[in-house]
Amino acid sequence: MSLKIDQDHSRFRHIVKGKVRENLKKYVSNGELIGRKGKDIVTIPLPQIDIPRFRYGEKQQGGVGQGDGKPGDPVGGDPGDQPGQGKKAGEGGGEHSLDVDLTLDELADILSEELALPDIEDKGKSKIISAKDRYTGIRRVGPESLRHFRRTYREALKRQISVGSYDPSRPVVVPVPDDRRFRSWKTEPEPVANAVIIYMMDVSGSMGDEQKEIVRIESFWLDTWLKRQYKGIESRYIIHDANAKEVDEHTFFHTRESGGTMISSAYKVCADMIEANYPPSEWNIYPFHFSDGDNWSMDDTLQSVDILKKRILPYVNMFAYGQVDSPYGSGQFIKDLREQFKADDRVVLSEIRDRDAIMQSIKDFLGKGK
Amino acid sequence: MNEFALKTQLPSYLRTEQDRIRKVAEEYGLDFFPTVFEMLSYDQMNEIAAYGGFPNRYPHWRFGMEYEHLAKSYEYGLSKIYEMVINNNPSVAYLLEGNSLTDQRMVMAHVYGHVDFFKNNFCFRTTDLDQGGKTVDPAQRPATYDPNRRWIDKMANHGTRIRRHASRWGTTKVGEFIDHCLSLENLVDPHAAFRGKGPKEVAAEDEENPETMDVPRLKSKDYMESFINPQEYLDEQRRKIVAEREKSKKFPRERERDVLGFLLEHAPLERWERDCLEVIREEALYFLPQMQTKIMNEGWATYWHSRLLTERILDASEIIDYADNAAGVLATSGGRLNPYKLGVELLRDVEERWDKGQFGKEWEDCDDLDAKRNWNLRLGLGRKKIFEVRSLYNDLTFLDEFLTPEFCARHKLFAIQWSNKADRFEIETREFKKVKEKLLFQLTNSGNPFIFVDDANHENRGELRLVHEHDGLDLKVDYAREVLRSLQRIWKRPVLIRTVVDHKPTILRYDGREHAQAAAPAESKEKGK
Repeated sequence: MSLKIDQDHSRFRHIVKGKVRENLKKYVSNGELIGRKGKDIVTIPLPQIDIPRFRYGEKQQGGVGQGDGKPGDPVGGDPGDQPGQGKKAGEGGGEHSLDVDLTLDELADILSEELALPDIEDKGKSKIISAKDRYTGIRRVGPESLRHFRRTYREALKRQISVGSYDPSRPVVVPVPDDRRFRSWKTEPEPVANAVIIYMMDVSGSMGDEQKEIVRIESFWLDTWLKRQYKGIESRYIIHDANAKEVDEHTFFHTRESGGTMISSAYKVCADMIEANYPPSEWNIYPFHFSDGDNWSMDDTLQSVDILKKRILPYVNMFAYGQVDSPYGSGQFIKDLREQFKADDRVVLSEIRDRDAIMQSIKDFLGKGK
Repeated sequence: MNEFALKTQLPSYLRTEQDRIRKVAEEYGLDFFPTVFEMLSYDQMNEIAAYGGFPNRYPHWRFGMEYEHLAKSYEYGLSKIYEMVINNNPSVAYLLEGNSLTDQRMVMAHVYGHVDFFKNNFCFRTTDLDQGGKTVDPAQRPATYDPNRRWIDKMANHGTRIRRHASRWGTTKVGEFIDHCLSLENLVDPHAAFRGKGPKEVAAEDEENPETMDVPRLKSKDYMESFINPQEYLDEQRRKIVAEREKSKKFPRERERDVLGFLLEHAPLERWERDCLEVIREEALYFLPQMQTKIMNEGWATYWHSRLLTERILDASEIIDYADNAAGVLATSGGRLNPYKLGVELLRDVEERWDKGQFGKEWEDCDDLDAKRNWNLRLGLGRKKIFEVRSLYNDLTFLDEFLTPEFCARHKLFAIQWSNKADRFEIETREFKKVKEKLLFQLTNSGNPFIFVDDANHENRGELRLVHEHDGLDLKVDYAREVLRSLQRIWKRPVLIRTVVDHKPTILRYDGREHAQAAAPAESKEKGK
């Protein structure tokens, strides 16, 4: 059955994609494609167009909430949503994005659906498939050790109430065998594969906070996706300006140097790392490099290409280079790479203009299923 | 609508249920419009919910956006819509196909609560279509009250009108104009229907040249004339008359809260534009009562479904499923206020207080906590009181009158504020006064700032000046600029708004090409008051 809403819906999609009504595009808040890893709570990317109205700034207004806690404790959500306004009443107020409980696995599913990502084809390095049990349902028979206490209790309570043997003043509930419920499981095959992601980032003076934030968001999603695909994934981090060094995750995202840029230095460290720790027969290797593309000299670029060709590409699943737009960089490096590796599909290049382009870039990187 | 109705009839076992629930509800004293239930699949439900419950609306992308959100959250298993009911006579409510019988019963009972509220709460009087512009007395109703609320037809007509304009003038052109109108949607006067039309403008008398006109003189004998009516006095009188006349030239004479209505009457609009603006204004006014009574309306419906189901409708085996579901509806999570819970608990609190006689001067003056705790005069006025409350209050007055410090403490309410230091929202305090103040502020004018048309001929240049009655909170400036842009599109001349930004009186202005922001001249503050 075709729905009346289809027309309005496709019109909305067009606006979001910027095909019509360019003037509205600026109100598209992209429900940021980023999650807070904390308690596995993530924000789902649903684009939203706000109709501007005379209204108060949210931060000034505050609101009223309900629950435990003492003054100074944080409050979840957005109190700007007033109790007086809600979707159910018809015309709701501005709801921005949906904050929901999702596990990272589910998140990766959604991501793959949104971006139509293919599953990664294993290079045939590790064909061992192990089985894993997941508890997914409830059934009436099973071993005692898997008895689901709450469901059993509930069944017993229902039965007692319906036959009238339940006495609220003496609430004793005695299950009979028929009431018992057990967890049931499904066995799912799970490929055992080892993978390492090597993140490299240019931290030279021309990379600003916004550029780093883009890298952070993007690497979060790459991590999420690859973790879904591989068990036992490792992440390594390398930062470079004119020199490169390996750092931990926190340092990676919070360092700001000011020197020049020698990309070859990072590739050298990366190649050494692969040689020392990750024999390609056992590992799926994913180097990702982010930079603003402003390399020191052509010499260094040629040297980088040389290292890539000889010491990195033969060993890795793919090499990904993401170039973020910066007001300072010339952005030359991606052009050089493009020229050098035109025919090589192990090298994936992507330009990331701004936050909105992150999704497309993830698609560039992961869309080939390598 | 016909083809639609055919597919969505209730199966006969649910019709039997409906009859039963309706009878029980009537026995409890609920008084509702006839109610039609329809059964929808989830994608139909999402579609209709996206249209705010109506099968036919005007075309607009924002319904598509709403649909996407509903559909996605359903697909991801985040939420589903159980019920929906629209304020219409007869009322129409939707059931979701595939829900359990217990759920369907709960929804039906809930719906009858809503429909009783639609029919009896004074706010909804403004949605009667047969008022014909007459002033509505909120407290009075005819004995047999059967108003015309055929909003389903009206919304469908709105759709037809706008589709016609779109096919004549272009979808994009009309769509853009509607976006502009929607930016102004909250600039209406919710009390317009109760206030009636203002006194007719007094026709201006023929103006005389102030230099030569007769100024009223005090009575005097000839020889006293120059003493009793000296030249200075006459000049003074002349100045007063001229000033008075200037003031009457000001337009509008009094600040006008119904900005949309004002634009509709006075902006230089083409016919299709005026028609679109009128549609938006009428629909905004239609949805307004639901925003004004969200807490009460949900509370009332929840109160009744819980009574009807647990006392009369359900059999014992269904109680657990029902309780499970009800717990979900009333849950609060993450410190958010749940209107269903707040509403129903406060209604129950009122019922209990009036049953026990915990009100009035004696109660207020009593400061013996123990006596208060055991206070019970056995008046049994509770039921009568909550029926009165559902007729005569909206969220704002309901909470203002019945929210007590005891209730606040029992339900752990707190005020929230933004902390710049921690970059997050935090609990500010649990102090009753503060909490109530914040709550009422949020509900005042449905959380919208107060904006008035101040002068439609600003600086004698035909510019439109609005004024924001600043009550402690600044406007979101970037949004305000965009609204000015829409306003300018409609008014066709430069527009400006007087507001306060960072404690400084400020004028935001848009002339069709660029935005300007300037300090407001202090003297004009009293102007127009």
